[in-house]
Amino acid sequence: MNWKNYTSLPKIFQNQRIFDGCGISGYLNIDGKRESGTKVKDMLCILHDRENGLGAGYAGYGIYPDYKDYYALHILFDDEKSKEKVISYLESMGYIILSEPIPTKTPSNVDNPPIIWRIFYEPKKMKSISDDEQMIELVMQINANFDGAFVMSSGKNMGVFKGNGWSYEIADFYKIEDYKAYMWLAHSRFPTNTPGWWGGAHPFNLLGTSVVHNGEITSYGTNKRYLESFGYKCTLFTDTEVIAYLFDLLVRKHKLPILIASLALAPPLFNEIERMDKEFQIALKNIRATYRSAMLNGPFSIIVGHNDPIPTMIGLSDRKKLRPLVAAISNDDNTVYISSEEASFKRLKLNAEFCDEFKEIWHPKSGTAIIARVGQGLLRNGLEKPLEKIKLSVMGG
Amino acid sequence: MTENTLKEKINMNGNNSIEIDCAPNGKPLNYKILNEEIHQVINSGYKKIILNKVCGQRFIGASLQGDLEFVINGVPGNDLGIFMDGPKIIVNDNCEDQAGNTMNNGTIIIHGDGGDVIGLSARGGKIYVKKDVGYRVGIHIKEYERKHPVIIIGGTARDFLGEYMAGGLVIILGLKILPDGKITENDYPICGNELGTGIHRGKIILRTNEDLQSKLGVGAKLFKPDEDDLKHIEPYLKEFCEIFSIPYKIITQKPFKVVKPISKRPFGGSYCGQIV
Repeated sequence: MNWKNYTSLPKIFQNQRIFDGCGISGYLNIDGKRESGTKVKDMLCILHDRENGLGAGYAGYGIYPDYKDYYALHILFDDEKSKEKVISYLESMGYIILSEPIPTKTPSNVDNPPIIWRIFYEPKKMKSISDDEQMIELVMQINANFDGAFVMSSGKNMGVFKGNGWSYEIADFYKIEDYKAYMWLAHSRFPTNTPGWWGGAHPFNLLGTSVVHNGEITSYGTNKRYLESFGYKCTLFTDTEVIAYLFDLLVRKHKLPILIASLALAPPLFNEIERMDKEFQIALKNIRATYRSAMLNGPFSIIVGHNDPIPTMIGLSDRKKLRPLVAAISNDDNTVYISSEEASFKRLKLNAEFCDEFKEIWHPKSGTAIIARVGQGLLRNGLEKPLEKIKLSVMGG
Repeated sequence: MTENTLKEKINMNGNNSIEIDCAPNGKPLNYKILNEEIHQVINSGYKKIILNKVCGQRFIGASLQGDLEFVINGVPGNDLGIFMDGPKIIVNDNCEDQAGNTMNNGTIIIHGDGGDVIGLSARGGKIYVKKDVGYRVGIHIKEYERKHPVIIIGGTARDFLGEYMAGGLVIILGLKILPDGKITENDYPICGNELGTGIHRGKIILRTNEDLQSKLGVGAKLFKPDEDDLKHIEPYLKEFCEIFSIPYKIITQKPFKVVKPISKRPFGGSYCGQIV
């Protein structure tokens, strides 16, 4: 964890350079069986060479079944004063069901650790604005206008645990083995364009959507301006933030099917579209025209978790495949895994605790989404053509 | 690592061959420690090194020279055989990205899938992959006099095959070799888009009936193979078939298509064209 080395590089990085990128991992149990975080920790920590100890995080879906109807706010505070301010603000806007510290294992030699707090929350019912919209406004308000406070996650029955440190340190710090989830996402960071800090660690979350990301979004400026026109505020100085908000906008607000949303973020090139069937051409050109500013440019591979209303895991890489993404399915067809490297799967195989066996390991196509959903299975394996297996009827033409 | 702890991990098999457990007690070694161990056993005079339970360790075989043989049981990490000059590496599983990065000489044989960016800037040697490979295979491989890299893929490839190729040979066979040894034609397209984009020397040979015209990248042109081409590839294909037990007659059941640069110097005008 980063309690030290404020002004100089850690010793092991002195006199050498390591070229690498972030590591991402995640899995989803189709039958909804909840498992502790040790497995995803193992999947992520084997990608040790992809991180440099400047950020890691985990997102678990299904960890709060007793409070599943309330928004679970995970908040980071610098001090008691900022905590009191935020809590009194929240009290004025709705009902706090439960307010407690998140159990952590802070080393005894740390003088000033952050206050890590969770609040189960219900906003006041209003006719003019939905609960979700109210929550988004609250989160944006706290992140933008309250000094010394930052909302890590705000979804129902899920939570994000993140910070500035190595992946195994963050896992131990938050004791993620104590949480049970049917979907886990994990990320270890190698910050390139922005500084490593607690808020900049992944996963990025807004309501039920969490994103872990490896790469750079070079279209950040365009995406940011587009999102700002819908009232989102990008406050975290990191490109990944826009992916979380774009997913929220496309899937929750505009109610696009996840496949269409993924095609809006990583659409096929126009010369590929020209070679497709007529109705596919019309559909894809319309998607590209409508969501021109939502398109993500630059190298990326992402895993997105979404739980509104059905928990879904989505894996997607950029159209030119500049970042790695590997997928696997277990022998009993129940667990879908996505990771940066195949080593994650091999690690689970080698670990006597899990001994996972895989039916198939495959490399999804670039710009093609893998979609797995609780109760419905692996809906798309990322090897299809865009819009393949979809019933399409084009109106007007 | 001390001499004693090293001996505990290593099984001696006769004089020349040695086994290393890369995940003692189920915990994979860090790549630096593993590569250090490999250097130590090579210094002790071993020629054949069997690596068991490999799990994503990078840079295996990096910069090694001479008459060495590695057998890798497990999934080796990125940059397998980087800068390698001579040894032979056999992988009995899938392989992660960038195998044979800037390889100078030697052989890499992969009995599984190959990942992305295979043979990045390779200057010589052979890379044979039994199953499918990912994006940018054979990017910027080059040749000079007797240095002539060869990449043969049993399955299919994806986009940007042979990107910026500056020499050497890439062959894609489009077969599907099942675990029981049966061989069928692969259902997936033989390659992705932007085939041979920026190619300025060397050739890509694809065994397919597909129409590749729309997939060609900038500076690439489709040809029918002439007799020289067929003569050129035959010894490599025969070696490939022998390694993976494929009957050679299957290879000849489909026609070959050749992708070569559009001219001798396709991008001459892009650089200092006005000055020269």
